[in-house]
Amino acid sequence: MARALINVPPKVKRGEIVEIKTLISHSMETGYRPKGDGTFFPRDIIQKFVCTLNGEEIFRADLYPAMAANPFIAFSTVAREGGLLVFSWIDDKGEAQQDSAKLVVE
Amino acid sequence: MSGSTANLSRRSALLAGAGALSTLIVRPVGATTDTMQAAIREFSGGAQIVPGRVTLDIPPLVENGNSVPLTVTIDSPMTEKEFVKVIAVFNEKNPQPNIATFHLNARSGRARVSTRIRLGDSQNIVAVAQLSDGSLWSGSAELIVTLPACIEN
Repeated sequence: MARALINVPPKVKRGEIVEIKTLISHSMETGYRPKGDGTFFPRDIIQKFVCTLNGEEIFRADLYPAMAANPFIAFSTVAREGGLLVFSWIDDKGEAQQDSAKLVVE
Repeated sequence: MSGSTANLSRRSALLAGAGALSTLIVRPVGATTDTMQAAIREFSGGAQIVPGRVTLDIPPLVENGNSVPLTVTIDSPMTEKEFVKVIAVFNEKNPQPNIATFHLNARSGRARVSTRIRLGDSQNIVAVAQLSDGSLWSGSAELIVTLPACIEN
């Protein structure tokens, strides 16, 4: 499985805006790259990215081939309560890779 | 007789040519391509899009189109009453007009998303934001790409 990097501040105050940065290693093959023999490398991209906190969706993205390889997405959320952040990346085959991080709210 | 008809048709041809030229000139500088317009229309559902409130932070000159940093910020208080629901980013000259669509909510705190995109040519990037009241706002940025993506094997 591909490697994912997640950056969440170690501790945040209640009500503070937290920036969450994510990156996953993935070639994001567009389907437009020539192999050199008249055919193209088949398309293989991450279509969807979802982030949930304690099961509730806090951010979602639909991605297209115009996203760079190793998609990096940074977004924010208000730290109302701490808990478990779960990140899912879903590719063209419908396979999801999941990773998680703890959000600690003081 | 035959000469005059030839003259006439040449005149009409010239007129048609001039007409075509003038439509080319009349086209506004910031006009976007048809595929991008179609993609934006599909997203907006034909509703009116007002320019403003959307800021695209992207380098004006990039060397490598394979990875271009992009930050989209929308001027919104992000409260329970008024927040940004969706941000969609479009391009003009890649094989497909869509780049990404981000879904936010009232607890996002800040209407700002950063990512990295891939560009096949120097072009205009447009972001359209849909607010919780249904209104649509847009912003755009033009950039030059010296080494476009999708050219190397």
